[in-house]
Amino acid sequence: MKRNGIAFWIGAALFLAAALLMTKVVSNQYPFFAGYVILQFIALAVAWSILGGYAGYVNFGTSAFFGVGVYSSVFLVKAFGAPLPVQILTAAAIGALMGFALGLLTLRMQGIFFSIATIALTIIIETAVTNWRYVGGAAGIQIQRPPVSALFDNYVQMLFFVQAVLVVLAVAISRYIQNSWIGRGLQALKDDELAAECSGVPTLRLKLLACVISGALLCAVGAPSAMYLQFANPESAFNLNYSVSTLAMSLIGGTAHWSGPIIGAILLGTTQQLLTVTISSEVNVLVLGVMLVLFVVGAPEGIIGLIRRIFRNRNEGRES
Amino acid sequence: MDLLLDAVVIGVLLGCFYGAVSLGLSVSFGLLDVPHVAHPAFLVLASYFVYFLNEHYAIDPLVAGLLITPLFFAFGLVAYRIYYETFEKRGSDAGVRGIAFFFGVAFIIEVLIIMQFGVDQRSVTADYVGKALRLGDLRIPYRLLVAFGVAAVLTILLTLYLSRTFMGRAIRAVAQDQEALRLMGTNPIRIKQWAFGIATAVLGVAGALLIIVAPVEPTLDRAYIGRTFCVVVMAGLGSMSGTLVAAIILGVAESIVLTMFGASWAPAISFAMLLGVLAVRPQGLFGRRS
Repeated sequence: MKRNGIAFWIGAALFLAAALLMTKVVSNQYPFFAGYVILQFIALAVAWSILGGYAGYVNFGTSAFFGVGVYSSVFLVKAFGAPLPVQILTAAAIGALMGFALGLLTLRMQGIFFSIATIALTIIIETAVTNWRYVGGAAGIQIQRPPVSALFDNYVQMLFFVQAVLVVLAVAISRYIQNSWIGRGLQALKDDELAAECSGVPTLRLKLLACVISGALLCAVGAPSAMYLQFANPESAFNLNYSVSTLAMSLIGGTAHWSGPIIGAILLGTTQQLLTVTISSEVNVLVLGVMLVLFVVGAPEGIIGLIRRIFRNRNEGRES
Repeated sequence: MDLLLDAVVIGVLLGCFYGAVSLGLSVSFGLLDVPHVAHPAFLVLASYFVYFLNEHYAIDPLVAGLLITPLFFAFGLVAYRIYYETFEKRGSDAGVRGIAFFFGVAFIIEVLIIMQFGVDQRSVTADYVGKALRLGDLRIPYRLLVAFGVAAVLTILLTLYLSRTFMGRAIRAVAQDQEALRLMGTNPIRIKQWAFGIATAVLGVAGALLIIVAPVEPTLDRAYIGRTFCVVVMAGLGSMSGTLVAAIILGVAESIVLTMFGASWAPAISFAMLLGVLAVRPQGLFGRRS
C-alpha cells in the first residue's frame, strides 16, 4: 500500500508537470480548448462516483452542482471582480452546503426516488437562476477575462492547468476515501443500508460526508467554466447532458475502483471531442446514449469489471 | 378574479391532458416498478410520428395517433423484454442501472428525432387547432377541449380495462404479488410484458394530444419527465383515478403560477411539487403502499 501511494503521487506530479510543460511547448490553442473539456469531465466523473459509485446513490444532479459552480463565479466576478482562486473556493463552499442538503434528502429517499429528486433539484435551481436578473436571466451574460498572470501565455492555458490541478485533487480525495474506513463504510451501506447501520456503521454521517465532498468538488469543477466560455446562460450551465455524461463516464469506466471514472471519462470525453469536431454535436449525444445503453446492458461493472474478469479467467486457467 | 377563474378552468383542462400523458407511466412505473424515464421521450416520438402522418398524408392527428398505437405496443413489448433480460432477471440494483439505461434510450430517441426532423418546432394542422370557444368572457381553445375529452375517455377506458377484463386484473395482480402468480401457474413476466406494451401503446394517442395542445420540439421530453413523474408519484403509484386527480392538481397549479408570475417559473412547478410529495408524503395521495 505504501509503495502504491508513492507511485500514485509520483504519477500525479508527472501529470501536472506534463500539463505545465504542454502550456510552454504547444503553440496551437486547440489542444487546450479540447483538453480542458476532457479534464473537466474527468474531475466531474471522479467527484460524482464518490457518492454515486461508492455509496450507490445515483445523483442526476451533476448539472445542478456544475451550474451553481458556474453561476457563483459569474456572481463573484460581476459583484466583486473576484479572482479565479476565490471563485473556485467559494463554489466549493456552496457545493458543500448543497451536498449537505442533498445528504438530508437521502434520509427519506433511496434508489430511484433519490435519482428523480436530484433531477427535480436541477430544474428548480435552473428556473430560479433563469429568473435572477442580476446574473443575466434566461438570455445569459458575457464575462470579461481579467489579464492573465505572468506564469502563462494566455488565459485558456492557465485554465487548462487549473483544471488539471482540480483533477489531481479530486482523484487524490477519491483514492483516499476508497482506501480508508470511509470507503469501506460506504461500500457496506451500498450493499445493505440496514445491515450496515446494525453493524455499527454510522450511515447517516457517512452519507452526509460523501454528499458534501462530492458536491464541493462538482461545484468547484464548474467554477472555472464561466471564465472558459466567457459566457454563461442557464440552459447550457444546467444542461442535463452534464448529468448523463458524468454518469455514463463513471458507469462505462466502472465504479468499483477510483481509476474507473478516469478511464471512462478519457474514453468517452475524447471520443466526444473528436466527434464534435469531425461530424456534429448531435452524433456526439447519440454516441453517449448508445455507449451508456451498451455498457449498462453488456458490462454492468464497466471497463474495470471487464479487465478484472479477464485477469480472473487467466489466473483460473493457470491453476487448472 | 376573472383572471383566476380563467386560470383554474384552463388548468383543469390542461390537467386532464397531463393525466393522459402520464397514464402509461402510471402503469409502467406505478404498477410494474420500471423506472421508465424514457416514457416522455417515447411520448415525443409519438408526436413526431403523428406530425409525419399529418404532414404527408393529411391524416387527422387523433386518427394518426390511433394508427401508430400498434407500433408503440410493439415498442413496449421489445423495451420490456430487453429491460427484463438485462436487469430484472439479474436482480441486484436493477432500479439504479435501469434508470441509467432508460436515460440512454431517451437520449438516443432525442438525437434520432433531431437527425430526422431537425431541431425546429413542429405542429399539426386540423380544424380544431387554433380556434377557441367563447363562453362569456371565458376563452377556451378547442385544442384543449379536444385534449380534455380524449384524455377523459382514455382514462376511463384504461381504468375499465384494469378492473373489468381478465388481463387487466392479471396486471394488477402481478403488481401486488408476482410470486403468487407464479404459484398459480401463470408466467408473470408475460403479463408484465403485455402491461408494458399497453402502457406504451397509450402513448400513441397521448403523443397526438401533445402535438395538438402545443408545438413539439425534440428535447421537450425533459420538461415532461417532471410532469409525468410528478403526477404518477403524487397519485400514489398505480392508481388510475388518482392519476387524473393528481394531474388536475398539477395543471391548475401550473396555470395559476403561469398567470400570476409568468411563464419563466412554469418549468419548476412540477418538479417542486414532485420534490414536495417525495419529501412529505412518498406514498402519494392515493397510495397503494403504506
